[in-house]
Amino acid sequence: MSPQVIQLETPRTLSFEIFRFNPEEPDVKPRMQTFLLEEMPFMTLYLALNRIREEQDPSLQFDFACRSAICGSCGMIVNGRPRLACSTLTKELPNRIQLQPLPVFKLIGDLSVDTGIWFRGMAERVESWIHENAPFDPTSREERMDNDLAQAIYEGERCIECGCCIAGCGVANVNPDFLGAAGLNRIARFMRDSRDSRQDEDWFNVVSDENGVFGCVGLMGCHDVCPKGLPLLEQYAYLRRKMLSARLSGA
Amino acid sequence: MQIQTTDTLIIGGGLAGERCAIEAAIAGHDVTLLSLVPPRRSHSCAAQGGMQAALGNCVKAEGDDPSWHFLDTVRGSDWGADQEVATIFAEEAPIAVRELAHWGVPWTRVRPGKNTYFIKGKKVEIDEPEEKAGLIMHRDFGGTAKWRACYASAGTGHAVLYAVDGEVVRLGVKVLDRMEAVSLIHEAGRCWGAVVRCLRTGRLSTWLSKATVIATGGHGRIYGRYTTNATINEGSGAVLALDTGIVPLGNMEAVQFHPTGLVPSGILVTEGCRGDGGYLLDREGKRFMLEAEPEKQELASRDVVSRHMMDQIKRGRGVESPSGAHLWLDLRHLGEKHLRTKLREVWDICRDFNGINPAMDLIPVRPIQHYSMGGVRVNKDGEAYGMRGLFAVGEAACWDLHGFNRLGGNSLAETVVAGRIVGRRVAEFTAATSLAVDTKIATAFLVDAEKRLQSWLDRPSTGANVYQIRDAMGEIMNRKVGVFRNGSELEQALMELETEREKIARVGLRCRAPGSNPELAAALRIEGMLKLALITTRAALERTESRGAHCRTDHPTRDDARWLNRTLARWPQDAKSPVLSYEPVGLIDLPPGDRGYGQSLQRPMEQSIETYNTDVPAAMRRHGALPTSEAMGTRMRWGAWRSHEKRPIQPERNE
Repeated sequence: MSPQVIQLETPRTLSFEIFRFNPEEPDVKPRMQTFLLEEMPFMTLYLALNRIREEQDPSLQFDFACRSAICGSCGMIVNGRPRLACSTLTKELPNRIQLQPLPVFKLIGDLSVDTGIWFRGMAERVESWIHENAPFDPTSREERMDNDLAQAIYEGERCIECGCCIAGCGVANVNPDFLGAAGLNRIARFMRDSRDSRQDEDWFNVVSDENGVFGCVGLMGCHDVCPKGLPLLEQYAYLRRKMLSARLSGA
Repeated sequence: MQIQTTDTLIIGGGLAGERCAIEAAIAGHDVTLLSLVPPRRSHSCAAQGGMQAALGNCVKAEGDDPSWHFLDTVRGSDWGADQEVATIFAEEAPIAVRELAHWGVPWTRVRPGKNTYFIKGKKVEIDEPEEKAGLIMHRDFGGTAKWRACYASAGTGHAVLYAVDGEVVRLGVKVLDRMEAVSLIHEAGRCWGAVVRCLRTGRLSTWLSKATVIATGGHGRIYGRYTTNATINEGSGAVLALDTGIVPLGNMEAVQFHPTGLVPSGILVTEGCRGDGGYLLDREGKRFMLEAEPEKQELASRDVVSRHMMDQIKRGRGVESPSGAHLWLDLRHLGEKHLRTKLREVWDICRDFNGINPAMDLIPVRPIQHYSMGGVRVNKDGEAYGMRGLFAVGEAACWDLHGFNRLGGNSLAETVVAGRIVGRRVAEFTAATSLAVDTKIATAFLVDAEKRLQSWLDRPSTGANVYQIRDAMGEIMNRKVGVFRNGSELEQALMELETEREKIARVGLRCRAPGSNPELAAALRIEGMLKLALITTRAALERTESRGAHCRTDHPTRDDARWLNRTLARWPQDAKSPVLSYEPVGLIDLPPGDRGYGQSLQRPMEQSIETYNTDVPAAMRRHGALPTSEAMGTRMRWGAWRSHEKRPIQPERNE
């Protein structure tokens, strides 16, 4: 047997410029710090940041959990664009890599931000749970649902609450009450769900002011940066259509 | 000093912890849930393929019922499971799945009319009847007699976690994220809460509670980077229990290796790929599972498939790569449409991490640590051995549904089924007790934790670093306590782990930054993780047989005469090494037999099942089991599986 020989080019030396600030050390001013690291095959920002922390600066703060782009922990600004760090391969980036924490969210330290509190707040505002028609009956078979509807709900359910859409949104950056794409997508997900008893009129108050769907000025940064490729344009169009028809029918 | 009180303290915000929290909150208790990460980022979200529940909705699931599910689960466990727990689980799984539908999980549904499936390498068309239209659909998973896994595309865990967390928010459960419990507060066999470190500020606090629940998930990270597990699965809950010196961990040698970890990242590629008809290929593109397991093929249980894969690699039939040899997962024949809908998350992972298109390219895979069958040993109510008021649930617990091998789709099911059942017990316990604890006890545990923290901060900033020890542990575990094990390698592993443990004393701490201090957080965990690794290795060395995922090449026989039991490991305070003991697996109804796949060397029981069962309740009590709300055996369905046993089970082949 002949082992496959992989010819490696001379590895690049990557220059990471990383935002540093620890709120527990308020006297030390925010700054950018540079680290050099040799690139490896299949290197992601997850691997790179851990190597920097373990070999160069043990105080560096960042968040990862699943490292497979499903838990939404590691949103950050990579060369000016919100992305999931774990699924960003360094080979797609230039030699100079600038990393900053997501804006809008409260800073915990360096690249770590508090998305948990923001999303819990959003979930409470949009009441992100099924408003049931009747209590659960453990003795009866499940309610039927057309598979196409299940798939349509799943489409919106795929949001992983990474916060990239909020960070990339011109409105959310100036209006902290704006629900943003993540919040509006969540509303569309429940509006579609036949198991939810809320009517268009119920949604009207939540959605149709400047903090809701009519606050969006159409830059659609959210759509461009969503790492899961959610159909945010369609979700917005769906919400606007539903709200306009609710209005016209006299809600 | 900050002392906070709550009725029910839940440590861990994944599905098991959250489902438990719901029961306690519905009962009117004040519930506080602590989590390392916001709950929706818990590792439950990574379960892709499905959740087992015998609804019997599609043609290939016809005639399914809980006793079939029981049968598959016990066989899958290689008779290591507690059969009463397996019975309760199989009976309540359908209710749990329907409850999740009620809470909004977009389960994939039955599409009436002609559907195309891949079954054992063949394209098959099946007419799903109109009367089943819109019911919850199933897909095939390894080691089951019927299609039983309910699924939401390939994002089942995510969808379930979001629905359950929605209920947690609705009920107003107090959730504190970025909080890590560092020790349990206990006295005279009664648990009263935990000392907790805030991962934002680094400050310690104490939480006093009537009932405390460990729901921290598995400990795959003792295998370093050789695991599908998230970085947060470091076994902190198992260590909390172990550090009491009283509560034992069960079956720590039972470690599941998932056949299809992506190379080189180790990211999970769901079993749903093979369930939906994917193939495993060797370097020449040959389907080696056809010969190895003619009956189940790619869908034998995970332990069996992993062994055949490692065997191929050992025989030089793997594909060499800079990060070691691997095999191929072939999904090309399923077609782009199927891959981009029912296996969409797999499509994304292949694209994002390997830059490949599974409709055209083969996927490099290799077995890798995936699931901890072992954990905090609890009785069927979920209450820890030897410690009133302490409960454990989900992967953190050894309840013991999975024995020596867990079936795919049974872990997600366990989180919500056990969460419901144990949650009810926790609620009852909380209601029946009061917070009668001297705060001096809490102070003592807090002072201990402060001392431990300070002793790290007092260390020099030079010397070995904690990450080197973590990496060395992972290498040892992966090389010597992996899919195939033998006595001499396990002994070496024990010595090497012991050496790493001694090195901890010489580790320095370079980071003094205030706040969470990531290096300090890692340092605080390393000793506990090494204890878990040592216990896993010791238990694997002592168990001189092969059962489920525990495969000893020097002891290839499953020895029911000597080893039809569960390992319990305690670590008494200040002891140098763990103390092992053995209890019966539980009451036996389905007698040990052949699984219908995998190796079939067995040494039968010497005593009768009746004799074995006679001693079970007393033996378990001797080993620390606390009384349960219903007597042991109450939920057994003696002989219910017999109607499914028409064909005599015969070994497929002998090795």
